[in-house]
Amino acid sequence: MAAIITDNLVKRYAEVTAVNGVSLEIPEGEVFGLLGPNGAGKTTLISMLATLVRPTSGTALVAGRDIIKEPLEVRRNIGIVFQEPSVDDLLTARENLQLHSMLYGVPRREIAPRIEQFLKLVNLSDRADSLVKTYSGGMRRRLEIARGLIHGPKILFLDEPTLGLDPASRKAVWTHIRELKERHNTTIILTTHYMEEADSLADRIAIINQGRIIELDTPEALKRKVGQDLVFLKGEIDEAALRALPFVKTVERENSHYKISIEDSGANLHALLNAGGKITEVEVRRVTLDDVFLKFAGQQISEDADEKAEGMFERIAQHKAVRR
Amino acid sequence: MNFYAVYAILLREAKIFLREKERIVSILISPLLFLFVMGRGITGGHSPVAGFTYQQFIFPGIMAMVILFTSITYGLYIVWDKRLDFLKEVLAAPISRATLFFGKAMGGMLGALIETVILLVIGALFILPQTLLQVLLCLLAAFPVAYMITNLGLTIGARMKSMEGFGLVMSFLTWPLFFFSGALFDLQTAAPYIKAISLVDPVTYAVDLLRIIMLGQGYFTLWQDLGAIAAFCLATTLIGVSAFGKLQQEK
Repeated sequence: MAAIITDNLVKRYAEVTAVNGVSLEIPEGEVFGLLGPNGAGKTTLISMLATLVRPTSGTALVAGRDIIKEPLEVRRNIGIVFQEPSVDDLLTARENLQLHSMLYGVPRREIAPRIEQFLKLVNLSDRADSLVKTYSGGMRRRLEIARGLIHGPKILFLDEPTLGLDPASRKAVWTHIRELKERHNTTIILTTHYMEEADSLADRIAIINQGRIIELDTPEALKRKVGQDLVFLKGEIDEAALRALPFVKTVERENSHYKISIEDSGANLHALLNAGGKITEVEVRRVTLDDVFLKFAGQQISEDADEKAEGMFERIAQHKAVRR
Repeated sequence: MNFYAVYAILLREAKIFLREKERIVSILISPLLFLFVMGRGITGGHSPVAGFTYQQFIFPGIMAMVILFTSITYGLYIVWDKRLDFLKEVLAAPISRATLFFGKAMGGMLGALIETVILLVIGALFILPQTLLQVLLCLLAAFPVAYMITNLGLTIGARMKSMEGFGLVMSFLTWPLFFFSGALFDLQTAAPYIKAISLVDPVTYAVDLLRIIMLGQGYFTLWQDLGAIAAFCLATTLIGVSAFGKLQQEK
């Protein structure tokens, strides 16, 4: 059964369309990564799936329940870790987990043992009875993750779960996420800015921009779309000859060097260098998700930025004209 | 309605009350100034009710004031919850908005009750000794009064965007509700416009009810007071639940 099915989800605010027709299907037990620039609609999409924001049109089934007709049933089956910490400062970690368990209807007898179990999972047992306002950012995050898990959700939404964490805490969070998937078959929807994070955790990745999903595939397949390897060449390069080679996917000029994406550099690099002309410098590396992201979302981002600035000035000008 | 969740929210509020004791003390300051400075300072301020001093006469009004201030402030505090993002967690929980609203309203009643008990002790020691029955009736009356005013505060808090509106609400709502209630004077001899406005002020009926309990005499009858308070409880529940229904996650 699919954990999440969305059907043409749209959310319009007064000035912007945050989510513009998203149709997805996420199978149970998948770690699904949502990548996109700031303001691409990731958080709005998650908020709609978590029934916190009502869609303008379209709908979705989350854990088999309709987000508009049965929001409380949806909520019982999901856990959310918000972008900004939402743990209660004025309570201790234990009290936060207690409150959450009670609100989510965890059976009374199980509450105390589960709190112990999850405090241990996120390494907060020794600080369980200190007020959260004395916690560091990483500790809050970890508490928040424990809270998102304690009621045993089938689906977990993680909105930038490692934002602002130091590398060690980030690795710890990654380990938890992998364990969840492996041990509990939890479906995880993850938004992130860190390509490395998406690459190492996600089974599939959607790149979202301007409220639309522009690419959706496994990390490997996405990388293959860009080419397996990138070769950077400097010197007097024979562009036409490079393009003629069968294994070359794209050739782009960037400042003083050429960026060439090719298949299988191990087998083909020699041929490439022979055909390339007078080469003074060579650099070869694997394609990363950064390259994928820049290819699919990057260009559009810069176009957007121009458009928006123009729009804003136009709006101000219009506004002034009206006032006169 | 999920009563276990109401209890969970109430438990949280109770813990916060116990941790933020300065909140409890600071709310008592203005009422105590009225009670001890104005109550004793007005020369020849005699009571409209025979057999009592002016200070004793305003004591029920001051008790209503304490409930009013505690409950409104508590209600407006959910703006603070919004800022702290705690509200987000509760809004995302599988409980209805009505459940959340009642949990919060219970929290407000608890706060008002704590203040009422403190004031009753101060009153019994320095101003107006009362029988055990009167004390119990005062506490009983405090419940619906605190409830309707907490509802009012929660409704406004749910719509307010930031704590900056707090001062406005105090100036334009809380103080007028207090002054027009007749807490400090007898409505019988007040100017006609005051009488007219006092009729739509829920606090009027709270003051009157407490006066009937403590002084044995009021402006309206007991049933009029109870009826009006019941009506305000119902009306504020409806607007409050509806305001909570519209609460969305803020971006």
